[in-house]
Amino acid sequence: MNGGAVEAGGRASREPSGKALARGGASSSSWGAVWALWLRQIKRYLRSRSRLVGSLGQPVLFLVALGFGFGPVFQKAGGGNYIQFLTPGIVLMGVLFTAIFSGIEIIWDRQFGFLKETLVAPAPRLFIMLGRTLGGATIAVIQGFLVLLVSFAAGFRLESWSRLPAAALFMGLTAVAFTALGTAIASVLEDMQGFQLIMNFLVMPIFFFSGSIFPLKSLPRFLTDVAAANPLTYGVDGLRLALSGGSYAGMGLDAAVLAGVAAVLVAAGAQLFSRIQA
Amino acid sequence: MSEPSTNIIEVKDLVKTFGNFTAVGGLSFSVKRGEIFSFLGPNGAGKTTTIKMLTTLLRPDSGSIRIAGLDPAREPLEVRRRFGIVFQDNSLDDELTAWENMFFHTVLYGVPADERRARIEDMLRFVGLWDRRQDLVKHFSGGMKRRLEIARCLSHQPDLIFLDEPTSGLDPQNRSRLWEHLRRLNFEMGTTIFLTTHSMEEAEKVSQRIIVIDGGKIAAEGAPDDIKRQTETQTLEEAFLTLTGRDLRDDVPGSLDSMRRTRAVWKGKGK
Repeated sequence: MNGGAVEAGGRASREPSGKALARGGASSSSWGAVWALWLRQIKRYLRSRSRLVGSLGQPVLFLVALGFGFGPVFQKAGGGNYIQFLTPGIVLMGVLFTAIFSGIEIIWDRQFGFLKETLVAPAPRLFIMLGRTLGGATIAVIQGFLVLLVSFAAGFRLESWSRLPAAALFMGLTAVAFTALGTAIASVLEDMQGFQLIMNFLVMPIFFFSGSIFPLKSLPRFLTDVAAANPLTYGVDGLRLALSGGSYAGMGLDAAVLAGVAAVLVAAGAQLFSRIQA
Repeated sequence: MSEPSTNIIEVKDLVKTFGNFTAVGGLSFSVKRGEIFSFLGPNGAGKTTTIKMLTTLLRPDSGSIRIAGLDPAREPLEVRRRFGIVFQDNSLDDELTAWENMFFHTVLYGVPADERRARIEDMLRFVGLWDRRQDLVKHFSGGMKRRLEIARCLSHQPDLIFLDEPTSGLDPQNRSRLWEHLRRLNFEMGTTIFLTTHSMEEAEKVSQRIIVIDGGKIAAEGAPDDIKRQTETQTLEEAFLTLTGRDLRDDVPGSLDSMRRTRAVWKGKGK
């Protein structure tokens, strides 16, 4: 980036004072903060090749190991092509993990000091949180598309190219919801020591009980209830319909639930982020 | 919105407690515009808590603060536009270049788009980092990072800068260079400097006025020579030890901050 980079615009949350106006700076800082923090996330992501490649490792491993390992069994049981079934779930696995970790990056920013720079900036915390969340969500969606690209090599085929925008919508909603959840968690965590707890008792159950790797139809009642309460279920279901056809709940319900959950999690994340003290 | 005539900071009866611990117990002081002001005290004296209240990061329990005539509790965004801060620890993004760190700061502070480039260039030249602007900050030395933080905090042209132990961890060459920049800044731009440091030698050399606090209260106030006279000592370090004692202090910011943050989050306090 250099001095000729794209410039931000927008309005501040408060009326600026005469002196601030004289300085010419007050009106753009709020939306400018959203843009700046979004761009920062993207730059860091693009600059970190190890992160880019490393975060593909787990989804690709799941796709290859589960896809080829259980594929024949799944087909014999009448489930059809397992790669076609599994790929949307694994794509959202990439989105979920990247989104949660992007939110949790606040802990690193707290430890390495950059968080303080944003907390004393004259932009409302809500906008700072929004910028971070949108940045993390964008990265998660890019990651989801990378997993989708890899899945073509494993034999996955799109049901219809025209449904790609719908796929992007489900990836985007899932990414926003879980980046906001990561932000909310990171706002109350002091350090990375609680990270393993989150992985084992929150992220992995969310992934496993979402219909990502097995169909929900034949599960025991208590597990279908768990899946119904899991927002990722609706993301997986919607994405599966968009990418390979077949739906458990219907695209409209999927999108509505996911959008509602994303809104609630963004609000909760913003609330908790606004209470962070440096 | 009123502007104060001569004082850029006015603090009256400021109190902050954490549970049964009184971190700041009724502080009152003022800082004049254009002054280099040192805020000194041993570990755990309440310096950082006071700075956090002055910079809108913490709400006081009682008392009043005015920064450039504004109340940080009521108008935090306006107050934040008026000051710049260099924290005790690095607050740069090491994965970004010097230019990018500066650029994001100017966007966050609402510097107009057509002024950003010139301001960033001015400030990077001011601290001697213009030629390194495209380098990632993670490749900078401690001294270069400090200079970049100062350039960054000046890029939105604040009236007041807070420097929390700005020279800690720097070698004598970097310390000397940093003070040269800060004196020039104060002289040429009239920027008020609010400084905390454990180096009494530095504080004595650069400060026009000093406050020594201990146990959350003011132990002495005045020009360095006044404080030495009051304590009948030869150096500021001797005066400081006379005022605050020679016992070692236990400073446990980690656990205290942790308790405070957790409590604030779950009780819904704080900004």
